[in-house]
Amino acid sequence: MADKKTMIVFSGDMDKVMASFIIANGAAAMGSEVTMFFTFWGLNALRKAKKIKIKKDFMESMFGWMMPRGSEKLGLSKMNFCGMGASMMKSIMKKKNVNSLPELIESAQLMGVKMIACTMSMDVMGIREEELIDGIEFAGVATYLGESDEANVNLFI
Amino acid sequence: MAEINLNCKGLQCPGPIMQIFKATKEAQAGDVINVKVTDRGFAKDIQAWCKKTGNELLDLNETDTEITAKILKK
Repeated sequence: MADKKTMIVFSGDMDKVMASFIIANGAAAMGSEVTMFFTFWGLNALRKAKKIKIKKDFMESMFGWMMPRGSEKLGLSKMNFCGMGASMMKSIMKKKNVNSLPELIESAQLMGVKMIACTMSMDVMGIREEELIDGIEFAGVATYLGESDEANVNLFI
Repeated sequence: MAEINLNCKGLQCPGPIMQIFKATKEAQAGDVINVKVTDRGFAKDIQAWCKKTGNELLDLNETDTEITAKILKK
């Protein structure tokens, strides 16, 4: 029977989300089942790059406007310099042939990595299902705990 | 028994093991996969991968420029 790894992706920093997806892809390639639970800032990594027209209240709209829209827009946890650091990091990684974050996410989906968006965080931050990428699930902490109970590795990133 | 040649040169972690995973998934038991990799971490990684997935590492060769491995699909 395949074993299982679970991850909580709390951070919305590009480097931390990248680390999460490298581990997820690697674990899937080791034959493990992988479940990633996205909560708080981590949800931004799953946002579609395109702006989706939805009716929101003022605070929700402000949140939506201030937070990075999608994996392409995330900043670095260190040396971000208003996005310059992230751009530099992306160009270096491209030169060194490291997969970009959008590529890693796509490959994780193809490898069957299960991604769950935390509905409570979505509600707090005013993020709707249609604003997140396709192929993910929506659930709460009990689902995550149920999954992690079956796992032999669990990470909080 | 088929032999499959994989060129993973230039791919960074976890690219090579993902390619090998996909190749072994499609291969038949008894097939051999030959792989060339430039990622330095691969020499250790492929040993861990084989141990974990139950495939056999027949040969592992490391030079200054590349690592070659021969894997038997179980």
